[in-house]
Amino acid sequence: MKEFLAFITKEFAHVFRDRKTLLMLFGVPIVQIILFGFALTNEIKDSNIVIVDNAKDIATQQIITKIASTDYFKIKGNLASADEIDKAFKSGDIKLAIVFPVNFYTDLLHTNKAQVQIIADASDPNTATTLTEYVKGIIADYQSQLSETMQTPEQIITNTRMLYNPDLKGAPNFVPGVIAMVMLLVCVMMTSISIVREKELGTMEVLLVSPFKPILVILAKAVPYLVVSLLNLTVILLLSVYLLDLPIKGNLLLLYSVSTLYIITSLALGLLVSTGAKTQQGAMTLSLVGMMLPTMMLSGYIYPIENMPWILRFISNAVPAKWYYIIVKAVMLKGLSFSFIWRETLILFGMTLVFLFLSMRNFKIRLE
Amino acid sequence: MEEPVIRTKELTKRFGDFVAVDRITFDVHKGEIFGFLGANGAGKTTAMRMLCGLSIPTSGEAMVAGIDVYHHPEQVKRSIGYMSQKFSLYEDLTVLENIRFYAGIYGLTDKQIKNKSEELIEKLGLQKQAKVLVASLPLGWRQKLAFSVAIVHQPKVVFLDEPTGGVDPSMRKQFWDMIYDASADGITIFVTTHYLDEAEYCDRICIMVDGRIKALDTPFLLKKNYGVDNITEVFYRLARTAQRSGD
Repeated sequence: MKEFLAFITKEFAHVFRDRKTLLMLFGVPIVQIILFGFALTNEIKDSNIVIVDNAKDIATQQIITKIASTDYFKIKGNLASADEIDKAFKSGDIKLAIVFPVNFYTDLLHTNKAQVQIIADASDPNTATTLTEYVKGIIADYQSQLSETMQTPEQIITNTRMLYNPDLKGAPNFVPGVIAMVMLLVCVMMTSISIVREKELGTMEVLLVSPFKPILVILAKAVPYLVVSLLNLTVILLLSVYLLDLPIKGNLLLLYSVSTLYIITSLALGLLVSTGAKTQQGAMTLSLVGMMLPTMMLSGYIYPIENMPWILRFISNAVPAKWYYIIVKAVMLKGLSFSFIWRETLILFGMTLVFLFLSMRNFKIRLE
Repeated sequence: MEEPVIRTKELTKRFGDFVAVDRITFDVHKGEIFGFLGANGAGKTTAMRMLCGLSIPTSGEAMVAGIDVYHHPEQVKRSIGYMSQKFSLYEDLTVLENIRFYAGIYGLTDKQIKNKSEELIEKLGLQKQAKVLVASLPLGWRQKLAFSVAIVHQPKVVFLDEPTGGVDPSMRKQFWDMIYDASADGITIFVTTHYLDEAEYCDRICIMVDGRIKALDTPFLLKKNYGVDNITEVFYRLARTAQRSGD
């Protein structure tokens, strides 16, 4: 144990003495998050909207009046039919369209159900979400007023469509993505470089001649990067809560536990890379091309996986970040508990075991 | 006569069809400075790696510090020190940190580490540089530090793999003084080199050609037997018979 501590002390010295790398490790996520924070516009006022009122009855009139009376919306026009919506959006200054079907009020009275369609320009996903939430709020408000005067509760079903960006890629999705990427950067790239450096410098030979166990070399190398990753995670979470106003809805302990698992998965990957690379350059290339690219492309963080051809969808299953991304979104944004993410967690766990098994096997070969 | 510290019998290493080390047999005694000479690719490093437990012999026997390397490589590790061609120090750590690290992984106690570091730094005259990064030390100093670190745990044998590569002659002389001191302390020195003038400093030398031992004796007797006045001449006569070239 004392020997192990001596080794970890040395590893921490390596990590913290390399200022440039350290700056990059903490700087990149901070810059990404801050840039994104400033690019966001949270304030929404006087957004132009159009209305297609096919019913023209008392209920729709009341709802439209309510919408028009807020600061949020400015009704730019009433379109005669839904076919004109597309043109209105393409003209550029329309953010949202509301479509009332024929017989809106009669449906509401007789079947207790009526539908409204909200179509939003989601090329700016945050505005789109906020605006549709406002409209939904106004309609819900109207509905509760109506319920007071009537015996049976009515339901107005709002039907929302996000144009151009159905997944609403944006800050909430961005933060888990940054987390997944940074952990990969720290763990896979830095760990593999650090192990390969010992090989390149010839110090690995000396370590192998010493009574210090090779498995402990690996463990001692992993510890500082585990710490750096957890610090990074904390920084990103603090920034996203206090700068981006993105609350963590789920259990913080659960978030940290699954993140630790993902870090271990990445460390195992880093170890695997180190067994395959002979030089630090090689380790870096292998990590960047072999790990970063697939992670960026296939984790669902930049491009939605559902829209990919089946072959890419299939390959994406082998990308650990994909599963971690699902988990973080579920815990952080939706506040779901472990029972909803156990499958993804199990997959990550399985991957870790496979990576560890493969790298241990390769590591032994090197020792002859 | 004491039990030899290193004893090999018909030690062989093959890589496929290539016989890197071919049935070598020799003994090395306590405190002896044993030089291993050979051209590049003669099998010096492979032989040394087998004795350190870094490489598993194909056949034959090797005992180091009374332990069978083949069957108990882990136990051998406690009794040996090793210095590689690249000096094996961490350049981004200070002199003191390097000493502490190596002493630490060999399981020395805190008190021992403290005493050892003070002793070493004083012996090397590095008091002012103790907290300086190794990267800023001249090559000769690094080499001496690397040697001190390799014997920080008082091993029975220390293996030096071409320790003087790239170091200027006056520094090499100082380095050999350190080797003599260690040998006087009872540490057996096993050193490979291709600087033939250094061979004269060894108690006994072993010249390898094509994986085989071609000559093994004291420098004095080797010169006498070959009727020449320096080891370089002996070496060239033997090396001329070599079939394979450097790797």
